[in-house]
Amino acid sequence: MSYQFTVSPDFTPDHLSGWYIFNTWLQHQTDNAIHLEMYNDFHDQRVAIQKNNVDLIYANPFDAAMLVREKGFKPLVKSLGISDEAIVAVNADNHVEDVAHLKPGIKVAVTEAPDVHMMGMIMLEPADLDASNVEMVASDTYVLVAKHLLKNEADVGIFLAEAYDDLSNMIKKQLRILVRSQISVIHHSLMIGPRLLDQREKIQNILVQMANDEKGKGVLDSLGFTEWQVVNDEEMEFMIDLMDTLTM
Amino acid sequence: MLHDMKAEDIVGDFTEVTLKLYGGLSREVLFTEIETPYPDGKLIVSTTDTKGIITHVNRSFVEMAGYEESELIGAPHSILRHPDMPPAAFKDLWDTVSKGLKWQGFVKNLRKDGGYYWVKATVIPNVRNGEVMGYTSVRRKPSRTKVEECIKLYPTLF
Ligand SMILES: Cc1cc2nc3c(=O)[nH]c(=O)nc-3n(C[C@H](O)[C@H](O)[C@H](O)COP(=O)(O)O)c2cc1C
Repeated sequence: MSYQFTVSPDFTPDHLSGWYIFNTWLQHQTDNAIHLEMYNDFHDQRVAIQKNNVDLIYANPFDAAMLVREKGFKPLVKSLGISDEAIVAVNADNHVEDVAHLKPGIKVAVTEAPDVHMMGMIMLEPADLDASNVEMVASDTYVLVAKHLLKNEADVGIFLAEAYDDLSNMIKKQLRILVRSQISVIHHSLMIGPRLLDQREKIQNILVQMANDEKGKGVLDSLGFTEWQVVNDEEMEFMIDLMDTLTM
Repeated sequence: MLHDMKAEDIVGDFTEVTLKLYGGLSREVLFTEIETPYPDGKLIVSTTDTKGIITHVNRSFVEMAGYEESELIGAPHSILRHPDMPPAAFKDLWDTVSKGLKWQGFVKNLRKDGGYYWVKATVIPNVRNGEVMGYTSVRRKPSRTKVEECIKLYPTLF
């Protein structure tokens, strides 16, 4: 039997080859035939999940509730020390100093990443802004979010903090951060579906040991990670509850 | 256990009142007019058992409440109860979450040093294997307009 592995479509493009290398490594280590399927967007990925095609997923925290509560997935691991944080930034020439001074009707550049979008919108709430009184400027990448700000096609940009930090200095010099989230408990997780659940402990152990092995360390490097850390059921439930409060 | 507030912990001029809490409890609270602004970008998180006893707090909670974590764990959540908060708000909170639903509202909280801070709170039941094990509250920064509305509204709810 062959299993399907997929990765949240908001991974950084630099790490695309890393995920293929990781998948090959995982197949060797676990003795499973695993096919890595990369979906174009969250919509296509969710359709595949609904059809029960997915067995292993590096999931966006936003999808964790659906995966656990509707599809019987369980958490395996997360990348040590990495959490999803959002940044709200403006063009450096913008005279707004505080989120609270932003006005209804502004244009907000966002990517499709649902957790970052949610955190960013929460950081706009102190200005009484929500989906009903801002105009979204959909952007395929964070570089494009930045470009919308530079060209004044958007007033505010919502970034994954890591992606913002990775922008070139040239771009960053022309932008200004209004708020950076410090939430630290929202993170992507590698999760395992019902067909593989009997191997959960075995796979979890293999992943946690990965950083101790030279080859494994190299594979982690190619993903931009240092080490996998176990996510237990309660930790996942806690994150799901937290996300639940934030979507209200 | 919920101790009375102590004058030596208070920063600034204060007023003293006796708060009547759930279950016949009462507490001497000392409060000032000093507001601590909500920190941008942070969430203040706590979890209680089914009776409202605190079981978990995050670092932002500790920073904003001004108590040590060890003083908070095991204390009733009314340790933050400010005398300006109308009892009806908390009755609504408990009525809502005990039905298994989410509650959202604006809350003025009392710090250990007598000061206060406003939050927008969302409380959710923690359901594990079909059973409510406790409740989690996640607070975010409220808008000033919403806080001003509450400052007008809450005194009318006593
Ligand atoms: C998860 C959770 C979080 C709560 N957070 C607060 C809080 O931050 N401040 C507060 O005054 N009451 C909070 N409450 C409500 C208190 O339990 C309590 O009802 C309230 O302080 C009023 O006290 P009383 O019920 O003893 O009259 C919370 C309740 C729950 C279940």
